[in-house]
Amino acid sequence: MLYYFKRVVSDILSNKFLNSITIATIALCILVVGVFALFFENACRIIQSGEQGGKMMVYLGPEFNINMLPQLKFKINALGETEKIIFISKQDALKQLKKDLASRSSFIDSLKDNPLPDALRVIMKKNVNKLETIKDLAVKIKKIPMVEDVEYGERWLGRFLSIFSLFKMTGYAISSLFFMIALFITANTIRLSFYARRQEVEIMRLVGATDKFIITPFYIEGLLQGIAGGIAGLGILFLFFLFLSSGVEKNIPLYMLFNIKFLSIKYSVIIIACSAFLGWLGCYLSLKQFLKY
Amino acid sequence: MSIIKDKNSIIRMFNVSKRFGKHYALKNITIDIQAGEFIFITGASGAGKSTLMKLLYLAERTSEGQILVDGMNLARISSSRVPYLRRKFGVIFQDFKLIPRKTVYENVALVLEAANEKPGIIKEKVLKILETTGMGKKINVLPPSLSGGEQQRVAVARALVGDPAIILADEPTCSLDSDSAQTILDFLLEYHSRGTTVLIATHNLQIISNTVNGRCISLVEGALTGAAKLL
Ligand SMILES: Nc1ncnc2c1ncn2[C@@H]1O[C@H](COP(=O)(O)OP(=O)(O)O)[C@@H](O)[C@H]1O
Ligand SMILES: [Mg+2]
Repeated sequence: MLYYFKRVVSDILSNKFLNSITIATIALCILVVGVFALFFENACRIIQSGEQGGKMMVYLGPEFNINMLPQLKFKINALGETEKIIFISKQDALKQLKKDLASRSSFIDSLKDNPLPDALRVIMKKNVNKLETIKDLAVKIKKIPMVEDVEYGERWLGRFLSIFSLFKMTGYAISSLFFMIALFITANTIRLSFYARRQEVEIMRLVGATDKFIITPFYIEGLLQGIAGGIAGLGILFLFFLFLSSGVEKNIPLYMLFNIKFLSIKYSVIIIACSAFLGWLGCYLSLKQFLKY
Repeated sequence: MSIIKDKNSIIRMFNVSKRFGKHYALKNITIDIQAGEFIFITGASGAGKSTLMKLLYLAERTSEGQILVDGMNLARISSSRVPYLRRKFGVIFQDFKLIPRKTVYENVALVLEAANEKPGIIKEKVLKILETTGMGKKINVLPPSLSGGEQQRVAVARALVGDPAIILADEPTCSLDSDSAQTILDFLLEYHSRGTTVLIATHNLQIISNTVNGRCISLVEGALTGAAKLL
């Protein structure tokens, strides 16, 4: 193994130009992917923290009366991790509405009956902040007989999510495009460096070297290039990020609310692993055909 | 047609021909070489000496006929076994085939590295063989800055370092002055005395007359003439 690494190091040094092109290409690819991942990860976090231990409004049917409240609370509590359940009677709701409408509240006075339903405001525990979990709970609550409707800001989120998923698709598309480009260039530089060594490779074969012995350094080289490119790409992204977040925070205080964060360790490792895989795959594609006598 | 394996034969060629296009480089060669023999393959330049050797270590494939090396039928050998066949041979190539980018030491060590030898043993063997071939002081030099004679010594060292069963020497003395040539020849004789089979291709009849116990195989335009003439 040590021997292979020595060979790889000498190969890389003797082919600095090609190697730096490959690494630069991979770095660029990773940079683009990284930008999307950064946006994606932050957007996810913002959506989730925006819901802050999600809440929902549960509207009750006319058959509800106040004596049923403890039983209802108990049922809802049994369904999920709720923090607090606040009862809002239709009278309270009407008062609130009057207050909200202020000057135009006269039309409410003209109403004979209170058209508003009794309602519960359900606030979930802090850790319950995934849209899916909230949705699940909403569906379950809706099945309780006296419950007429449940609302949990799904319209707003829904619209945001559709933009978000469009963005995600674009991210995937552009990332895979760049992945292909990087793969193409990596495969070709490895092919070139293999071609430049073809005499040497032939000699190795003649003195009894196996294909494995011959190509292993190329694979290690590919992997290292991938990892180096990945680290370089993320490094550049990080510099961008520092620059951007310091600049943004001064000029647009709104952004401070969101408090954008750099990619998590998990994401960074995944990205670097992908980029190592890219180097490996480039190698595989370009050397496959040389594995013949 | 089948070839019966002779227990002591290390190389058997049966009706072997090699064509390049329409031109026959070798025609109907039948030879039987015993393990431990010392063989000269002679013939003018272009007679087919190098080609004959290339067929043995599968740098070229035979067009017709069959070759057995140490019981292996070369026509049937799978490509993954080819490296192992080649490790039976120590080849001194006519054009040396040194890797210009690698030092003398690395060139010689390559053979053992390819054979998965332990690093400690590699170092020991390589230094020893380079010392004996007189290249001990130039282990870190790149081949292009060596003279032809020095390159040949490195090529010899590389062929011998793995203690091969068979040594194929293609014009091993052509770049050397007669003293150095004799040194190399003495080397090959020493390996021969330890039981190694040695084949030397040469058009230099001088070195043959200096060597007592060799068998001579003569090629003329790819065909055998008066084969197995004992000197
Ligand atoms: N790769 C090749 N392609 C075409 N012809 C070849 C090739 N190798 C050798 N020959 C021909 O085969 C004949 C024998 O060549 P070679 O074995 O090198 O002779 P020698 O080593 O005895 O000088 C020559 O006529 C040469 O031109
Ligand atoms: Mg020749």
